[in-house]
Amino acid sequence: MKFDTPATTNPIDQLKIIGHATSRIDGPLKTTGRATYAYEWHDVVSSPAYGYIVGAAIAKGRIASMDLSRAKVAPGVIAIVTAENAGKLGKGNYNTAKLLGGPEIDHYHQAVAVVVAETFEQARAAAQLVQVSYSATTGAFDLSAGRDGAAKPRGRGDDQPDTSVGDFPGAFAAAPVQLDATYTTPDQAHAMMEPHASMVAWDDDKLTLWTSNQMIAWTTGDVAKTLGLPKDNVRLISPFIGGGFGGKLFLRSDAILAALGARAANRPVKVAMQRPLMFNNTTHRPATIQRIRIGADRDGKITAIGHESWSGNLPEGRPETAVQQTRLLYAGENRMTALRLAMLDLPEGNAMRAPGEAPGMMALEIAMDEMAERLNLDPVEFRARNDTQVDPEHPSRPFSQRQLVACMKTGAERFGWSARNAEPGKRREGRWLVGMGMAAAFRNNLLMKSGARVRLDRSGTVTVETDMTDIGTGSYTIIAQTAAEMMGLPLEKVVVRLGDSSFPVSAGSGGQFGANNSTSGVYAACVKLREAVAQKLGFNSADVAFLDGQVSSGNRSVPLGQAASDSELMAEDSIEYGDLAKTHQQSTFGAHFVELGVDVATAEIRVRRMLAVCAAGRVLNPKTARSQVIGAMTMGVGAALMEELAVDKRTGFFVNHDLAGYEVPVHADIPHQDTIFLDETDPMSSPMKAKGIGELGLCGVAAALANAIYNATGIRVRDYPITLDKLLHRMPDT
Amino acid sequence: MKSFTYEKANSPAAAASAAVRTTNAKFIAGGTNLLDLMKLEIETPAHLIDVNGLGFDKIEPTPEGGLCIGALVRNTTLAADERVRRDYGLLSRALLAGASGQLRNKATTAGNLLQRTRCPYFYDTNQPCNKRNPGSGCAAIGGVTRQHAVIGSSDACIATHPSDMAIAMRALDASVQTVRSDGTTRNIPIADLHRLPGDTPHIETTLAAGELITSVTLPKPVGGTHIYRKVRDRASYAFALVSVGAIVQRDGTGRVAVGGIAHKPWRVEAAEAEMQRGAKAVASRLLDGARPTRDNAFKLALVERTLAAVLTDAKG
Repeated sequence: MKFDTPATTNPIDQLKIIGHATSRIDGPLKTTGRATYAYEWHDVVSSPAYGYIVGAAIAKGRIASMDLSRAKVAPGVIAIVTAENAGKLGKGNYNTAKLLGGPEIDHYHQAVAVVVAETFEQARAAAQLVQVSYSATTGAFDLSAGRDGAAKPRGRGDDQPDTSVGDFPGAFAAAPVQLDATYTTPDQAHAMMEPHASMVAWDDDKLTLWTSNQMIAWTTGDVAKTLGLPKDNVRLISPFIGGGFGGKLFLRSDAILAALGARAANRPVKVAMQRPLMFNNTTHRPATIQRIRIGADRDGKITAIGHESWSGNLPEGRPETAVQQTRLLYAGENRMTALRLAMLDLPEGNAMRAPGEAPGMMALEIAMDEMAERLNLDPVEFRARNDTQVDPEHPSRPFSQRQLVACMKTGAERFGWSARNAEPGKRREGRWLVGMGMAAAFRNNLLMKSGARVRLDRSGTVTVETDMTDIGTGSYTIIAQTAAEMMGLPLEKVVVRLGDSSFPVSAGSGGQFGANNSTSGVYAACVKLREAVAQKLGFNSADVAFLDGQVSSGNRSVPLGQAASDSELMAEDSIEYGDLAKTHQQSTFGAHFVELGVDVATAEIRVRRMLAVCAAGRVLNPKTARSQVIGAMTMGVGAALMEELAVDKRTGFFVNHDLAGYEVPVHADIPHQDTIFLDETDPMSSPMKAKGIGELGLCGVAAALANAIYNATGIRVRDYPITLDKLLHRMPDT
Repeated sequence: MKSFTYEKANSPAAAASAAVRTTNAKFIAGGTNLLDLMKLEIETPAHLIDVNGLGFDKIEPTPEGGLCIGALVRNTTLAADERVRRDYGLLSRALLAGASGQLRNKATTAGNLLQRTRCPYFYDTNQPCNKRNPGSGCAAIGGVTRQHAVIGSSDACIATHPSDMAIAMRALDASVQTVRSDGTTRNIPIADLHRLPGDTPHIETTLAAGELITSVTLPKPVGGTHIYRKVRDRASYAFALVSVGAIVQRDGTGRVAVGGIAHKPWRVEAAEAEMQRGAKAVASRLLDGARPTRDNAFKLALVERTLAAVLTDAKG
């Protein structure tokens, strides 16, 4: 189905099932331990061997020699695979560094071997007997040192390293009110609960890979490319994923090493990446240095806005596109953005939840708070005065929907924003300095082709098959709701099967594009199935209704299952998009409000209340959408207050490489969280009229905290995370 | 994890003698720290002596009016004990500020005292560490040191002791009872149990080879207001940046022990003489000779400010 004109009324608009706060249909499987995660396919392969990964002990250099002799004779060892004996390996399209290093080492904890043994414990013990001697070379590990030498990265599509509209330098210089400030965000880890894990079984030159992966088709292709196999020889199965956040968008070493290990051992092998390896072996969100300049007239109208961002990556890696939102979020006739990329020998930087906007909004929305103060304007009012209903770079291109101002005003009202004292450091309650902060939320809405297959059986049950994934987001549920709505069935009459490369290729889970695109693919397939049903039952498909398990037209009504009484009916289709995203800018909007306390003695920061207001098209399921947003708000608290991969700049690795050292929020850090979804449908986005929401909830949260900390203390920190040591020396006497 | 042999000890003396008879033996009780370290091969004992069957799981009054806490009393039990909560509130509060409910259910009193540093360089076996691999150097010095010691450290080691409980024990003047491999027993004041790193950071306590802690004794209660204030980046389940354990009497005198800043619970009795003069005076004596790094110099101010808050709280 080609979606190239705005959606009109369709069966989804009935909202009998879509739009209802339905609990996750896979919930019981998860709470009873019956959902099979990557490491848990015990019934499929009864006696796998176990692989354990050896990570490089240096960040850059070469393996001088490797002595496997002790490991080879260790109890239970079946095989040891290294770059030397692995055979020729290609490199996938989506990973920058090789997944099995050697003799060259590209980053710390890059895999250099996998030891396969009868038991996990034997593999682990033997892995520690692998003796590797390295010849280390110096590397570049410090972004701030690499800033001046950073180069202009290659552009990609609409994503150009430099943009310019009007005369930014002139307008900025002439602006009566100016801000020129630099902000930094640290390297961050996805730190999802389930580590990367895989099991591989070979059958001749075909393999089945059970893994934990967000993008089935990308990864199937990269497995084939890396191993030099036809894509058809790779079957990938990943129905349940214990968190990804972008860390599982790509093929990673667990999968390749399981495949190589299984080939060497001549039996199925499973590999779970050990937690201490996850932070340096896999990808992370790269650190940024961001310079923001904003010029405004005295009425608070922005006349010039400029945003430059520096990030680092391995050679061939991409920059963190932290300036993305600044091209679209606020008005201003004179504008510029620039991305620069430094070559660093740290582990590979790549996508993490809301790549670009998450760190970009961390900086931009502090800058907006600072400007509002300089203009003596309320931060909500300042943003509202600079709202734009058109793409500021291309004024002929309107936003498909843009309720930013409504989000901010609704939030301000509901949060009691008017009680905020604009003068910082003035509200004290016992040992706490209390402050309120807000930030806009913004994330683009991405359209991706997405396919699905639907089958109807004689019992009237519809089964949906698509390689879409559910990373804990609720994909199973909203897909079931979509099919149920389309086919006039209760939710219980829909079965959803996901995460299998033998199913039609979907958008996958990433970039908050999963929900809208994958359900639209299911919509397309269901439209075809409805036609097939109508034809089979002898209806004129134009006026047939699908309702309560019945297919009816005029006064004739037939149970849906009857269409499959002699054989199953099947339909398959994809949603594909025309030019609506070119003619209309599609983005999602919101506003975050935070109240927090800063301990006057210790500068410990504890959040008291949070509110997010979102306008992101139709909300397919308010319950799973809310879960996405409050989860993102929690992640935003982590980004604001504690998350940082600490770089040892001498030797080039992330030092705090476990969950004790890399702190993410615990329950005690998270207060009451409220979410409001504004009533919105976006006919430009898809037949579902929905947009993404899972990343919007993160964008802006950390800045809202930073602004609240400023409001509480009068101390402006532009360097994340905002830990107490950055406040302490400026805190008032107790 | 390296393969190891295992035995279950029948008596304290048997445990102690087994520990010297076997090369590279370790006692195991709760295992919450040791097993993790074994999986990473930071600890590689050849033999484990399980002391869980030895009793030592009672909390009993002493003739002197104190409490004798069996070495195997679990942290959860100790924190919840009515007498501890009434008379040694500092200890209960310190325990509850540490770890998680699950870990406290397993962790023992003696094991808590003997837990090892959480220095990330100690945890990464690719890195030099004088504590893990004597003579190999210290990767932490000059590295990422926000969590590290600011006082009592050496050129060989800047690690901290991670225990919350030990801070309370130190402030309460607890003593540690042990049995040695020859069957003799001794009493070690807690102040003498933990060592500063010096040139031998791998030797963390004054316990002799095979010496087994059997109990920890608290002297008669000293009254006062008991406050344990643990400062950390997140609200729970994190090691202290700085923690202050204080017992403050009505007249403003009292005791202070500080965690998160040294290789052992940090208490300077001479500094306590300054308590009535306030936090600044105490902190200045307590931290005399501090050698912070650029990353952790904030801990000096943090100790003083936290202590000030504690003294204010103590006044009610």
